[in-house]
Amino acid sequence: MLRKLQLSKALFIVFCLVSCNVVFAEADSWQLNMFKGVTPVSRDIYNLHMIAMLVCAIIGFVVFGIMIYTLVHHRKSKGYQAARFHDNTRLEIVWTIIPFLILLGLAFPATRTLIRLDNVERSEVTVKIVGSQWKWEYYYLDEGVHFFSNLSTPYAQIQNKKTKDKNYLLSVDNEVVVPIERKIRFLVTSADVIHSWWVPELGIKRDAMPGFMYEAWARIEKPGVYRGQCTELCGVGHAYMPIVVRAVTMEEYQQWIKQKALEQKTWNEAQINLAGQKTMTRKELMQLGKDKYNMVCAACHQENGLGIPPMYPALKGSSYAVGYPIDRHINIILNGSTGSAMQSYSDMLSNEEIAAIVTYERNAWENNTNDIVQPIDIAKLRVMGNQKPNVVKKSKVGGLK
Amino acid sequence: MNPDITAVDHHDDHGPEQGKGFIGFAKRWVFTTNHKDIGTLYLLLALLNFFVAGGMALLMRVELFHPGHRFIDPNFYNQMTTMHGLIMLFGVIMPAFTGMANWQIPMMIGAPDMALPRLNNWSFWILPFAFLLLLSTMIQAGGGPNFGWTMYAPLSTKYAPPSTDFMIFSVHMMGISSIMGSINIVATILNMRAPGMTMMKLPMFCWTWLVTAFLLIAIMPVLAGAVTMMLADRHFGTSFFDAAGGGDPILFQHIFWFFGHPEVYVLVLPAFGVISEVIPTFSRKKLFGYNFMVYATGCIAFLSFIVWAHHMFTTGIPLGAELFFMYATMLISVPTGIKVFNWVSTMFRGSMTFETPMLFAVAFVFMFTFGGFTGLMLSLVPADYQYQDTYFVVAHFHYVLVPGVVFALFAGTYYWLPKWTGHMYNECLGKWHFWLSTISVNILFMPMHFVGLAGMPRRIPDYALQFTNFNMIITVGGFIFGISQLLFAWNVIRTIRGGNKVDARVWEGSHGLEWTLPSPPPYHSFTTPPNVH
Amino acid sequence: MQTENRKLLAILLLVVIGMFGFGFAMVPIYNSLCKSLGINGKITEANRSAISLSQDNNRILKVEFVATNNSSVPWKFYPTVKQVELHPGEMYRLSFYAENKTNHKMIVQAIPSITPGLAAKYLKKTECFCFAQQALNGHEAMYMPLLFHVDKDIPRNINTITLSYTLFDITDRL
Repeated sequence: MLRKLQLSKALFIVFCLVSCNVVFAEADSWQLNMFKGVTPVSRDIYNLHMIAMLVCAIIGFVVFGIMIYTLVHHRKSKGYQAARFHDNTRLEIVWTIIPFLILLGLAFPATRTLIRLDNVERSEVTVKIVGSQWKWEYYYLDEGVHFFSNLSTPYAQIQNKKTKDKNYLLSVDNEVVVPIERKIRFLVTSADVIHSWWVPELGIKRDAMPGFMYEAWARIEKPGVYRGQCTELCGVGHAYMPIVVRAVTMEEYQQWIKQKALEQKTWNEAQINLAGQKTMTRKELMQLGKDKYNMVCAACHQENGLGIPPMYPALKGSSYAVGYPIDRHINIILNGSTGSAMQSYSDMLSNEEIAAIVTYERNAWENNTNDIVQPIDIAKLRVMGNQKPNVVKKSKVGGLK
Repeated sequence: MNPDITAVDHHDDHGPEQGKGFIGFAKRWVFTTNHKDIGTLYLLLALLNFFVAGGMALLMRVELFHPGHRFIDPNFYNQMTTMHGLIMLFGVIMPAFTGMANWQIPMMIGAPDMALPRLNNWSFWILPFAFLLLLSTMIQAGGGPNFGWTMYAPLSTKYAPPSTDFMIFSVHMMGISSIMGSINIVATILNMRAPGMTMMKLPMFCWTWLVTAFLLIAIMPVLAGAVTMMLADRHFGTSFFDAAGGGDPILFQHIFWFFGHPEVYVLVLPAFGVISEVIPTFSRKKLFGYNFMVYATGCIAFLSFIVWAHHMFTTGIPLGAELFFMYATMLISVPTGIKVFNWVSTMFRGSMTFETPMLFAVAFVFMFTFGGFTGLMLSLVPADYQYQDTYFVVAHFHYVLVPGVVFALFAGTYYWLPKWTGHMYNECLGKWHFWLSTISVNILFMPMHFVGLAGMPRRIPDYALQFTNFNMIITVGGFIFGISQLLFAWNVIRTIRGGNKVDARVWEGSHGLEWTLPSPPPYHSFTTPPNVH
Repeated sequence: MQTENRKLLAILLLVVIGMFGFGFAMVPIYNSLCKSLGINGKITEANRSAISLSQDNNRILKVEFVATNNSSVPWKFYPTVKQVELHPGEMYRLSFYAENKTNHKMIVQAIPSITPGLAAKYLKKTECFCFAQQALNGHEAMYMPLLFHVDKDIPRNINTITLSYTLFDITDRL
């Protein structure tokens, strides 16, 4: 009984090692193995992974095999008498040298893959990626396109009030579109804490460090949608900042870029076009406000408005949310509060969205101010903030840091 | 080894000096300088913390049973992640091995007690206060530390809750306790061996602890430096880890992992020591290759200092650094492999019986080696790009720590508990504990490899749908494993309070000075040193 | 026995203090290693005497300029030139536009980062706004200059350099 169970335990381990070699990895709910991916780098990494597993499986087979044999046969219950040897220098040297040689064997493909991974030269498209709590910003430097990429899974799904869709926690409002068969360079940095940009099928993982810029590259060979996640603990929203890369043909990419640039221009103009602002009903404002609040603000300020003081103040009963002037409330959302974790949302949220959020915050959780804030109130503050600056000549170029 | 015990032990009557009633009880345990008492205190603290930190893990697993926000919110989940790590490492494994060291080292080398008995008392008693302080952070405003036990800046400096300062203070206290304990162990082993006990006759448990103690003396002050720098960045206007002031978040990672990597060898070397004691006894054969085991231990310790950046492969360190750390990390598998081969060779052509300590020791060899394989895979930098910060890493270190180190702790406890208490533990309960633990630990940690490879990151309270099936299995395994540990606790408590009496030898194949003492050994043993041939 | 133990205790305590000091010493060691090896992409000292005397006309390098605001610093901050192709050794001047969009005075620090990391020590800045803190009153703007060249010795395998600045708000620190 004992022998059988120990045998089966060992066999189970070996089986897992072996089956990982055999099962074809698909993005399914029983996926056992790494993605082969769609870039030369991801394929290199996959091959290295398989070689390493094979080496380990062989060594495991040998060592565990000997162990199982010993466990079965060299037992007192079988009457086996213990031998008396307890050292053998030659054997020790042999099994020092052989593993060392095996390691050398592994080091060559690993080194080669690493050097190839590191070579960012001659790239054709550059995308700057800025991680922040808890979303990604993408800048297409050559084309001047810039957008935020937020988790788009509805809050109701996270709260288990609606069935979760197929790409639960892996869908975003603005995808990163890149062309296939071009070398793409990704510049990664962070605007607050350390994040990490990882798309398994592209074989890229780069930590996003505040104040520092690092690069990685990919040459995507197959069109498709590739999803990834933030891979460095960055606070409460760490699980909620996915990455979606859509690889398309060069023509589609160029079309998309043009369209995105236009969208951006239109959006920016709409925010400061005082005449074109919508008027929303209280119901619309509260509904949109609640949705947006739960998706964007509740991570810190919590669904119930109580926050996590002192890092994330409560909004219920807060002087910003029930006090006046209302402009102060709007401004802190538009401009953030430097020195704290409160970011500026002027680039990410439209006037409707901010007006809705402010209205919601001023009326929810028994704040009950009955204030209604319309998009035009936000637009006015944006315009004021956009006033033409006074250009001065006072930059310093030397001296103490 | 044939120790010559001259019959001086009339101390059977003179047990611990304990006054009457509760005050007497408390005074004995608070002021004791006896290595056996202090060993017991460390072990009991570790057992308690095991269930505390284990409970935190189960809370996390409950949340991870299904996708979606269920029971605990992300901030609390992150606190559980952090506390589970801190308490398991600093509150379970390290105190448990220190407790075993306290009990065993003086008896194994024929010494009457540790070199610095009062320092020993201090080393222990700092710990309950340190842990109370650490646990208290969870009820402070803003909650407890929520940035992982690795405490990366600036999440742990600029963006952390106020209780972080108390966590830092708690880490300082734990560090001081470790350092003092290690100094004690070094002094004891170097200065207090019985005549005839040369260094190359030291039991392997003492060797591994000697090396571990040196490691601790070297690295705990560096951790203290790192958390002090964190404190300074938080309150004293410095910018060690803040780019705005010319600092660098990566610097924190370098300093932390310079401590952190040798730390994991601190956790595992005593485990190696225990296994090297248990396997020869139950194989009825001397440990194979004693000299090489000693050299391998030294090699592992030396190499552990030059591999720290393998935790940082994705942070953008230069190519040359990545290559160096990759090669150095791969090298560690050589001395570790030597140890595994030597254990197998000890078993080979031995005459084995499979009492509970041996069961755990054999399982250790299987499953620690398996964890070592995934470690080798992780050392390959390009592959690590896909593994780093995913559940693959979580699977790796849990394999080496749980069916690795924790199983070694179980093996050591079952092995030495009869000696410490004079009673045999319940073998049937022990076997149930073993089989339930072994099967459930694989159900718990094996699937983590798969979800990690499939793309699930670490430290997330909620995940994409394709990871659901394995996460459910993992949670079930976790609960079976957790509940099985109650069997262990029950067995230990029962054995302390009573059970079949055992003689000095306890196990047929055991060798060593400690097995020449009665079970339980007198309160003061080897007051006259034995002669060792 | 007592004296032996005490001696060992003293030695080991010294080691502990030494290692604690080593932990702190790692900070300047790290900084000087990074500077001398030219890695980590962070060069913050002035190379005011770094005037290039000649250039290598046989090579063209692409230098890109990138600007990022840390933690929602409410300034407009961007380079007036996005990228330039130049020869190693060729001096180049450009400016970064900075505008304080708030109503109150703010002080910022620009922190440079260069990728690939190994190129950092070859990018010699003669004048850079990153050498000093920059202050602007509310609704003021300025053009901040940068004068640099890429050293002729830059290895042949580096052809694209990205110079990135992150703007940090340090008003509260002063």
